[in-house]
Amino acid sequence: MSSGAPTASDIPAAAIKPAAGSDWALRLRANSEYVAIPAFALLMAALLFALFLLAIGKSPLDFVAYVWRGGFGTAFSFQNTLQRSSPLILTALAVAIPARIGLIMIGAEGALVLGGFAAAAIAVPLIGFAPPFLTLLIMVVAGIAVGALWVGIAGYLRYARGVNETISSLLLTYIGIAIMNFFVEGVLRDASNPNKPSTKPLGDAYMVGKIPGTDVHWGFAVGVILAIALYVLMTRTTFGFAARVTGGNFRAALAQGLPVGKLIVSCAMIAGGCAGLAGFFEVAAIQGRANASLAAGYGFTGILVSFLARHNPLVIVPVAILFGGLVASGGLIQRRMDLPDATVLVLQGLIFVVLLTSETLYGRFAFFKPIKGRDRT
Amino acid sequence: MSSADFSRRAFLQTTAAGTAGLALSLAGATRAFAADLTVGIVYVGARDDFGWNQAHAVAAQALKAVPGVKVVEEENVPETDACAKTMESMINLDGAGLILATSFGYYTPFVVDMAKKYPKVEFRHAAPLWNKDKDPKNAGSYFGYLNQGHYVDGVAAGLSTKSNKLGFVAAKPIASVLSNINSFMLGARKVNPNATVQVIFTGDWSMPVREAEAASALVDAGCDVITCHVDSPKVVIETAEKRGVKSCGHNASQAPLAPKGFITGAEYKWETIYKGYAADLAAGKTLSNFTAGGIEADMVQNTPFGAGASDAGKTAAIAAIADLKAKKPIYVGPLKDNKTGKIVIDKAYDNLDPYLDQMNYLLEGVVGSIT
Repeated sequence: MSSGAPTASDIPAAAIKPAAGSDWALRLRANSEYVAIPAFALLMAALLFALFLLAIGKSPLDFVAYVWRGGFGTAFSFQNTLQRSSPLILTALAVAIPARIGLIMIGAEGALVLGGFAAAAIAVPLIGFAPPFLTLLIMVVAGIAVGALWVGIAGYLRYARGVNETISSLLLTYIGIAIMNFFVEGVLRDASNPNKPSTKPLGDAYMVGKIPGTDVHWGFAVGVILAIALYVLMTRTTFGFAARVTGGNFRAALAQGLPVGKLIVSCAMIAGGCAGLAGFFEVAAIQGRANASLAAGYGFTGILVSFLARHNPLVIVPVAILFGGLVASGGLIQRRMDLPDATVLVLQGLIFVVLLTSETLYGRFAFFKPIKGRDRT
Repeated sequence: MSSADFSRRAFLQTTAAGTAGLALSLAGATRAFAADLTVGIVYVGARDDFGWNQAHAVAAQALKAVPGVKVVEEENVPETDACAKTMESMINLDGAGLILATSFGYYTPFVVDMAKKYPKVEFRHAAPLWNKDKDPKNAGSYFGYLNQGHYVDGVAAGLSTKSNKLGFVAAKPIASVLSNINSFMLGARKVNPNATVQVIFTGDWSMPVREAEAASALVDAGCDVITCHVDSPKVVIETAEKRGVKSCGHNASQAPLAPKGFITGAEYKWETIYKGYAADLAAGKTLSNFTAGGIEADMVQNTPFGAGASDAGKTAAIAAIADLKAKKPIYVGPLKDNKTGKIVIDKAYDNLDPYLDQMNYLLEGVVGSIT
């Protein structure tokens, strides 16, 4: 409340009048830009998509009705949506945190796969020996640690060797998937499953359950809590401030004596940890084993979610739910409207392009600048 | 258990909705009984992949023509909880009473879990994985002995080749793939003792680039007929046609892809199984938990002959089909493996003998190695 609010001495008296007693309202008005522009962009994307549907002779209204029914409208649908959004929240966080420090990391998929694999692999000798709770604890630590290590490598290469982190994190993804396949098809292969190479199954007792009263696994709750925690970390702590300064101006941060290397590697490791955690939940809440199905593309959809949320950890949650809903209703749309599976991808692509384009609109409307606009006159 | 909680909630909601709009819900209920059966079919890839998924989609089309049967389909469903949710969505939103899950990786844990959660819905899965001791009774397996189709391919190819070298592009050296390669070779050798089959494994089910390279390499090695066992044979058949050699298909009909060189192909006829399920449910019978067969049960068939088939090949292939219908065995010992020369098939085995499902060798006559 303090730094942003102008003091009475540097503003003409007349200008204060409308703002008197409504500093909060002005800030709300200024911040509403971050809601109004994405909302407008979503509307534009929807309009374009409606044109697309009309062009192929389908009803946009039907489409909306089925998205509602398939993604949100029934208890089953909404829980379906939440479940599908859980890995997306975590993989989007894995993109958002490095983005705050100015890194475009797109290696969440690899960290997810390796984190999930590590969790499944470390459980193999523990099953039937250690109690489930302890086993899950060890698994979660292994998943996070391996994920953190994997993206951490890309962060370290960026800082120490100047390697482009976007390329290295992407390539590390393919290496990660290959490493998992190597072990799953080799020494860690479950011999009782001859046709689909997998690690040994965890068994029901060693699985993470559902949130009581719902059909959604705990990964969703953990994702939401983590999103809030990381929001606090990045906006309300010295670490977050230092990271944002580094992201804003790398040289200035260096000149200020900020530990830039540590910050970069830490952010990369937090990102990898989030993705590794997503991998743990894929193994411990869904698959019950590690196999090629871990590489289901959640890491890549997470990139989209994070960009749409403007790398804001809090906004990631609703955006991930929106995406989860689109994917969840995609099936119903296929079945009822006889549209191909790619239809929902077309919509996702349109949203992405229009939202990125809408970035250019920020700062162009006087309405959203009640304070600065006044300075100009 | 949480799933029980959810069911109870769903039940309460339905009941509440029913009380709120009694007339409406009664009308709905009447209609639900009138529409006999909704079948939900889940595919892992595209329905027009010229392969595994298309074979099921063709059967789905045939099933749609059955009166009283409604079919809902969803393609490109990955082997993650997405497939569980798709099945659940088909049950909850479309009222599906029979789910056909067509990809191998759907079974554990997803089909098993859903079958436990929805005991009144029937689930059938397209691979021989159902375990009568462990798995729910409303789940089950179905599959076809496609190697019989490959045997017929081999017979037709053995009399359509000039170089006596046949090429086989294969995905992974697992039992079902090895059985198709061996059967193809035995078919060719039956009519042409000089024929050999050369194999290249690509390592995975869908590797279009490597499949094209493998097909091309086989042509370079002198093969003038190419066939395959990969998820979508499109690339292999197209490459063969482009290189000016003949080809045999796999999974679904690839005849339109090779107007000049196509001989025939091994096709699933899932239609027989799907219509059988629909008829059993309509008659109020309990569905079989395990359905499998080959040409003798009309669950496997061969694509109509293309321009690449020689007249002698056609005649011999038709005779081979008749033999298979009469359950004449393909594997008649003694047969040696191609590596150590050990006898692996000691006697004549019935075409559906479980011993053959354990196949982990290539027979003499096949050039290539599984390691």
